[in-house]
Amino acid sequence: MFKDLFEWIGSLPPLAQIPVIILAFLVAIALVLFFVEVAPRPGRGYTVLRLAVAVVVPALLLLGLGSEPWNPNPGWTPVVAIIGAVLGAAMFLLDYRARSGRGYLLQLVAFLAPAFLLLIAGLIYPTIQTIIYAFMNNNSANPQFVGFDNFAWIFSQPQNLVVIRNTVLWVVVTPVISTIAGLAYAVFIDRSRGEKFFKILVFMPMAISFVGASIIWRFVYGYRGEGDQFGILNGLVDFVGGSPVNWLQQVPLNTFLLIVVLIWVQTGFAMVVLSASIKNVPTEQLEAAEIDGTNAWQRFWNVTLPGIRPSLIVVLTTISIASLKVFDIVRTMGTAYPDTSVIANEMVTLLQKFEPGRSSAFAVLLFLLVLPIVIYNARQIKKTREVR
Amino acid sequence: MSATPVDLPVTRSGKGAIEATDVRSVVKRTKRRLTSRGATIASLIIALLWTIPTFGLFVTSLRPQSEVVRTGWWSVFVNWDLTIENYQTVLANDNLLASLVNSVSIALPATVIPLVIAAMAAYAFAWIDFTGKDFLFVGVFALQIVPIQMTLVPLLSLFSRGLYINGYEVFEGFKDAGTYTQVWIAHSIFALPLAIFLLHNFVTEIPREVIEAARVDGAGHGQIFFRIVVPLTVPAIASFAIFQFLWVWNDLLVALIFASGKASPITRTLAELTGEFGQNAYLLPAGAFIAMLIPLLVFFALQRFFVRGLLAGSTKG
Repeated sequence: MFKDLFEWIGSLPPLAQIPVIILAFLVAIALVLFFVEVAPRPGRGYTVLRLAVAVVVPALLLLGLGSEPWNPNPGWTPVVAIIGAVLGAAMFLLDYRARSGRGYLLQLVAFLAPAFLLLIAGLIYPTIQTIIYAFMNNNSANPQFVGFDNFAWIFSQPQNLVVIRNTVLWVVVTPVISTIAGLAYAVFIDRSRGEKFFKILVFMPMAISFVGASIIWRFVYGYRGEGDQFGILNGLVDFVGGSPVNWLQQVPLNTFLLIVVLIWVQTGFAMVVLSASIKNVPTEQLEAAEIDGTNAWQRFWNVTLPGIRPSLIVVLTTISIASLKVFDIVRTMGTAYPDTSVIANEMVTLLQKFEPGRSSAFAVLLFLLVLPIVIYNARQIKKTREVR
Repeated sequence: MSATPVDLPVTRSGKGAIEATDVRSVVKRTKRRLTSRGATIASLIIALLWTIPTFGLFVTSLRPQSEVVRTGWWSVFVNWDLTIENYQTVLANDNLLASLVNSVSIALPATVIPLVIAAMAAYAFAWIDFTGKDFLFVGVFALQIVPIQMTLVPLLSLFSRGLYINGYEVFEGFKDAGTYTQVWIAHSIFALPLAIFLLHNFVTEIPREVIEAARVDGAGHGQIFFRIVVPLTVPAIASFAIFQFLWVWNDLLVALIFASGKASPITRTLAELTGEFGQNAYLLPAGAFIAMLIPLLVFFALQRFFVRGLLAGSTKG
């Protein structure tokens, strides 16, 4: 039935849909907040309210997710709704006996449930499902378990090995160079005149989409067989008297040229974060080092760099993850050229070719590559939370 | 010092204000030694290298079609021939115009919805005690790093086929329901882990006394959230709103998978234009620049918030 609601919204003109969906959503949230506010109050009326909400809301939600109950096709939704109501009643009882006071559990659920339902439906369930798909064949109507066949396929195809090699290149080169460039720039312009303006220049690519960036860089790498060049790189080659090169056709140079685009975008991010971090290094330390007769380079190496180490790690990991997931640049710039694909792009390509098994196997591979970063960051968070 | 956009979070403790004059003299002295001529030249070169590509596109977008296909954009320096014709053509092109409208219609709800949901979850993580809180929070953080690509196949089939458990229908699916339904929901889901994490960082920094005082006055969690936490975290909420808006506006992947043809946002339409070497290719620069205009405007107008949001997520790790 929610589907019918969305269908009605979809029948409105595009711009009119914005206020309708936002208002509908905010009204729902307001109701939740109102319930949370009054739930813990004592008195029979409020107890009845808690019971009613606990039973009716899950039932209504499940009823809404299904098709119309008078049009049972093919399962019978009310059965599911009744199960929801029973679970809701159980939750009410649990809440009624809660040690932290009545209404406590319901409040918690009201605050967390929207986020967790979405996360479970949209991230956790699909991730598990993808891992299962990775061991199935490509017949999506009747999937058969095929063990490690999809992975064997990945590692047996030379073009897939190129894809993996490219992904590794992206992850190694992009974070290192963006961070070095961003750090150098942040140090050089630190406390100089017009610092804000200089920052904006380098930070601006962050606000541009990868698609926009790809179009921008077409006019850098572009190649024309005859006549005047339109890519500035070949323009320069022309200017010094060389013969123009079809840059993106050169393997493996083309992968590096695409990496440059991501570096161009990510340097601004690294620069801004590291710049703020540099300003946070105590001036007393720098001054003490200066009194000790160190030069600027030694001060940077021995005082500033250790001081910004945490931000440096964060910047490196963030950019690593971004480069692992890179898709848009390769998709819009590289598809016409040989050997530029990366895992993230290959996954979507296979998906569009209706090969979910192989696509999922690539997804699992990507996840395995990200896993060390997840574990490392989770540890960091735990540490900081313990300190608090 | 506070005029620069990026040193905001650092001075939150306020200790800098007291000894500002002291610090400034020291800063001046150290500054002289830190910046040399070589550094200035290096930074100028970086700034130039980073700006030239965008500038090239801007110039190209202003050149007539006959020139674009014949010469490089730098030839404007000898042959000054600029026109706004391309922009007029783009704005008269129904397809591109509809895509711009789609981008707006996708981006606004896909910013508001995850923001509100994440703020509620962040509040619960910060100010309601329950067992397993730390574990769940780390779990939410870890989800941030799950590649979106990994969720595409199952989420798409969930949307199109629904969910049946043991033959019972739990979810009928959203196949073709509405124009943007799937894109809104997909973007909202993908935004949640980062949003919860960022907002949580801000929400925990509200002094405990403020919350306790409200509680003593008889406010429940609903009022505390709505009357105290939300107003006090407006800067953080604004920063994430900008972040999310830019991310949705610039996204291609989700649009490619979840948007139907008629809901195609500008990034996707431009990407399709890049692919074909048809007669419309010369419109790309102008189209790309118009598509860039909105995020750049948002970015310039609100960059203080934007940068602060980025920093909250990163410098605390």
